[in-house]
Amino acid sequence: MTAYARPSDLPDALEILAGGGWRVLAGGTDLYPGAGAALAGDILDISALDELRGITRGAGLRIGAATTWSDLAEADLPPALAGLQAAARLVGGRQVQNAGTIGGNICNASPAADGVPPLLTLDAEVELASARGRRRLPLADYLRGPRQTARAADELLMAVHIPDAALRGQGSFLKLGARAHLVISIAMVALRSVTKGGLVTEIALSIGACGPVARRQPGVERALTGTPLTGLADRLRPEDLILAPIDDIRASAAYRREAAFELTRRALAGGAA
Amino acid sequence: MIGFTLNGQPVTCDAPPGERLSETLRERLGARGTKVGCDAGDCGACTVLIGGRAVCACLTPAARAEGAVIETVEGSTPVLTRLRDAFLRHGAAQCGICTPGMLMAAAELLQRVPRPSSEEAKQALGGVLCRCTGYAKIITAVCDAWRGEGPPDLPVQAPVGVPLPRLDGAAKVAGDVFGADWAPEGALVVKAIRAPHPHAGFTFGDLAAYAARPGIAAVYTAADIPGRNAFSVIPAFADQPAIAASPARFRGECVALVAFEPYTPPDTADFPIRWTPLAALLSSAEAEAPEAPLLHPDRPANRLIEGVVRRGDATAALAAAAHVVEGSFTTAHVEHAYIEPEAGAAWMEGDTLNIRACTQAPYMDRDDTAAILALPVGRVRILPSAVGGGFGSKLDVSLQPLIGLVALKTGRPARMIYSRAESMTSTTKRHPAEMRGRIGCDATGRITAMEFEGRFDTGAYSSWGPTVANRVPVHASGPYHTPTIHARARAVHTHGPVSGAFRGFGVPQAALWQETLYDRLAEKAGLDRLEFRLLNALRDGQLSATGQVMEAAGIAQCLTALRPHWARALAEAQPQGHLRRGVGIASCWYGCGNTGLPNPSTIRIGLTAAGGLVLHQGATDIGQGSNTVIPQIAAQALGLPLTAFRFIGPDTALTPDAGKTSASRQTFVSGRAAQAAGAALRGALLRLVNAGDGAELSINGHFVTVTEGTACHRIDLSTLPTDARGYALSAEETYDPPTRPLDENGQGSPYAIYGYGAQMVELAVDTRLGTVQLVKITAAHDVGRAINPQLITGQIEGGIAQGIGMALMEEYIAGRTDNLHDYLIPTTGDVPPIESLLIEVPDPDGPFGAKGLGEHVLIPTAPAILNAIRHATGAELTRTPALPHRILDAIQRAPR
Ligand SMILES: Cc1cc2nc3c(=O)[nH]c(=O)nc-3n(C[C@H](O)[C@H](O)[C@H](O)COP(=O)(O)OP(=O)(O)OC[C@H]3O[C@@H](n4cnc5c(N)ncnc54)[C@H](O)[C@@H]3O)c2cc1C
Ligand code: FES
Ligand code: FES
Repeated sequence: MTAYARPSDLPDALEILAGGGWRVLAGGTDLYPGAGAALAGDILDISALDELRGITRGAGLRIGAATTWSDLAEADLPPALAGLQAAARLVGGRQVQNAGTIGGNICNASPAADGVPPLLTLDAEVELASARGRRRLPLADYLRGPRQTARAADELLMAVHIPDAALRGQGSFLKLGARAHLVISIAMVALRSVTKGGLVTEIALSIGACGPVARRQPGVERALTGTPLTGLADRLRPEDLILAPIDDIRASAAYRREAAFELTRRALAGGAA
Repeated sequence: MIGFTLNGQPVTCDAPPGERLSETLRERLGARGTKVGCDAGDCGACTVLIGGRAVCACLTPAARAEGAVIETVEGSTPVLTRLRDAFLRHGAAQCGICTPGMLMAAAELLQRVPRPSSEEAKQALGGVLCRCTGYAKIITAVCDAWRGEGPPDLPVQAPVGVPLPRLDGAAKVAGDVFGADWAPEGALVVKAIRAPHPHAGFTFGDLAAYAARPGIAAVYTAADIPGRNAFSVIPAFADQPAIAASPARFRGECVALVAFEPYTPPDTADFPIRWTPLAALLSSAEAEAPEAPLLHPDRPANRLIEGVVRRGDATAALAAAAHVVEGSFTTAHVEHAYIEPEAGAAWMEGDTLNIRACTQAPYMDRDDTAAILALPVGRVRILPSAVGGGFGSKLDVSLQPLIGLVALKTGRPARMIYSRAESMTSTTKRHPAEMRGRIGCDATGRITAMEFEGRFDTGAYSSWGPTVANRVPVHASGPYHTPTIHARARAVHTHGPVSGAFRGFGVPQAALWQETLYDRLAEKAGLDRLEFRLLNALRDGQLSATGQVMEAAGIAQCLTALRPHWARALAEAQPQGHLRRGVGIASCWYGCGNTGLPNPSTIRIGLTAAGGLVLHQGATDIGQGSNTVIPQIAAQALGLPLTAFRFIGPDTALTPDAGKTSASRQTFVSGRAAQAAGAALRGALLRLVNAGDGAELSINGHFVTVTEGTACHRIDLSTLPTDARGYALSAEETYDPPTRPLDENGQGSPYAIYGYGAQMVELAVDTRLGTVQLVKITAAHDVGRAINPQLITGQIEGGIAQGIGMALMEEYIAGRTDNLHDYLIPTTGDVPPIESLLIEVPDPDGPFGAKGLGEHVLIPTAPAILNAIRHATGAELTRTPALPHRILDAIQRAPR
């Protein structure tokens, strides 16, 4: 018999995880499709942990790990998070958005996780808790590779934090898939930019599904920061993009390069995919 | 114990907390209105509301139900009632398997947004897949539900030509009872052991010890098959084992069965079997290589069959042609992707093996199952369940012999439900085709000749390979007068998935080749693409490629009907930056029924002594509408209202053989039988009172009243002697279409009726991303007589959606896209507005002039899309699906 725990107390949850061998279940939208007839192993269901749910403002913004895509999409958030909210509306379909969580998206660590590129442009940090204590680290360091994170087996992802500095500007997100709904990205681009007096004073760009993990694009950011808003997209140079795409059933690597470039151009131009 | 509120009622059950809520609802609480199509969040059929929010029950742990308020399709909230009525009014349910999920997703939307726009509705329903409808009627129904107009009415008299709602619609919007939704109490749960390799030898370990484990009732292998362990839809080619002996010839082939006691986890992970992978032939080219091993020793060069049509000297005519185009085209394996995976139950009733499962062909199931199990056909009874989509694949037997074997050997009821992966790997696909050839015309643009050669990967077993090989050359010309032709199509065995029937039997593939070449030829001849097709459209009195004299050929009418739309669309197709607009057109024709072979249908109507009017209608309704159309025809012919009828649906014990639901034959062939049966019973009634044919009939209790002018006769049915079937009066009529078999040159009259159509696609291509935005599709189809316009437009919209999928996204790759996550079919947002133009060129052989339609509608879509892409960008695609990276590549290689 496998065990199933659904604690409502965080210390209890961490105690259970400390015991070893438990799988965390959030929305289940990644876990169940991979399961056979039933979920294997001992399951820690985190849906009753209030501390994991919801979006709060303090020093920066805290998004609980168990916040669903629908919660995110429906929340009243600064324009910097418009990209993350756009991604929230493009993950799966309505049913997946109602159940799937941002924490699950990050912990599942798919190269095509739609939540990751926008969070990277927001300089997001993840907060992890275990019976041993809490720690925070940048999302970019947390994601180690396809399906690999820096999470220890006894740790729970508590929240993502967005620092005040990254709440400035306007965010956007463009996703390319082979059909309209319910589709895994061939490539996606998230952008956050701050403009002043016709100049782009700050720019954060990241690209997903074009490498083992989504990543920021420092080359582009460097080249474009401080340049005029007009003609921004035209100054994008393909050689500034850092991409490591693969061929798969969804698209060829060569295509992903072209698409990533084009999506980035459109994001910079403020247009739609 | 988990306790929650289900549709307003408190319920408790002791489900394991991690169990999928869909399983809990269906198996522990008996609420089987919630459907399961994938167990992976990909289809949305299992959508339920938890606390008012739509979620996939298959992704929800039962533990989350604790204390929750859950609504399912079994509920009857005011919103659900309004939605159901709107679905019925608009014909939004075809097969009905997606309907519960659609209704629940829509219910969530209407609670948030009482009067949604169609954009909002598409967004909200984007997570529920429908393979039948093309979504248009569903979206219309959702947007219209707020009106609360109630359910539709049935017309009283003369139903032919009326856009009648489905007669079986109420069951569909309540959550119909499909193959997985009913099984006798205590049924054993049967699981198949399937080959993990395309070609592999295998040996078993200690099966007896395995079978002796607690919870396992029985284990069966090929050695346990009592009869002929070989079936095929065409008996002469029977080659596919129900359970394979070593070696397995394709990935997913069944090699053993395990029957589990109910309520034991049916886990086959440590089934004792050892696999030895063998070299596999994975393409037709490998299979035809000189030294290639043979899949079946009696089929040299791995060739199953070749079909030929030869008329005149095409080579000479091509040499003399003013313009010639040459080209090749390649298509992929395409999966039917009905939302209902195969499922059913079997049980013994006395000596008789009863099988209730989803199927398109009950009598074929009966005969195959009886042969495999060495039973006389009289001891096998097939009771088709509601069918959640078939599109050709549910013509072949799947689980029928398997559960039949278990029920027969154990004497206990048995049930089986395929998983999504099992359904996708083990059942048939559309044949991948490699086609090439030339088409020529004279200086005025009249076609003079065609040469065509097609190679079709038929997979490990015959299935419908012979039909494809024979149908393709007959149809290769398209609905165009082609005086000389040499067309050949061969089916080649590989270790790929078995290719079988899929809406159009190879004709959609051939149309991709022919219609895309036609655009190039029109250009060479300097003619408008529509006018070029119209110039060459087959007309009455002309000879087809098989030498058949055409009558009631409606293709010119279809093309003519598109003319004004074409002119408008061309004018509107202006480029906007990197978005290039394009317009494409393509036609179809399709012969209804078997190719030059008998394929009768029989329909019976009876009147009981008590005045009950009963229609025995054996044509299985897989969503296409036979349960409605056949009664409409029968009622019209008999002259009694539809409301007077009781319907007995397909059941090999109760309904005469109405053949299979394939080849667009049911409206035509079973329709003619129904018309004849209706007319015969009418004749019998009129003769009893010597009334003329203009008389009117009505039923009151056990009296039939015959009114003729002022004269009024009453027939007291209770005074008539009853016949062997218990009827006071009955009529049973058979219709077999008049055809002439093809000779060795493919000459003959293979079909009594052809249907025609032409579709026009408007789209925009993003020339930097290679993506396609469909703007509108206009479809003109000659249906002879529109028996039920609502069902027809539903077929058109659904066929077009499948054509869109085939053109732009669908590619089945065994082991990689055998799920609905990676195998993409169109969603609500992928189907543009569709305008249907119904053309009626009555066929003298059709019931009230009607022609078939079911397959026609899919054929023109994909080529019209490719032609529009070429028109927009110059990109010539010679391979489907036209995925964005392939389109972008073709754009970059395009001449301009
Ligand atoms: C039909 C369908 C369509 C989809 N479409 C998309 C899409 O378009 N884009 C996209 O990005 N994704 C998509 N997904 C994937 C999935 O829905 C998302 O990744 C979702 O955000 C996962 O969240 P969840 O809460 O459901 O994760 P779960 O399935 O509950 O968990 C996922 C993984 O994360 C771990 N985990 C979850 N929460 C925590 C935590 N707090 N601490 C530690 N570990 C944790 C789990 O142990 C598991 O390994 C789709 C899924 C389905 C079924
Ligand atoms: S069965 Fe749940 S989404 Fe398909
Ligand atoms: S009606 Fe939607 S899948 Fe059949």
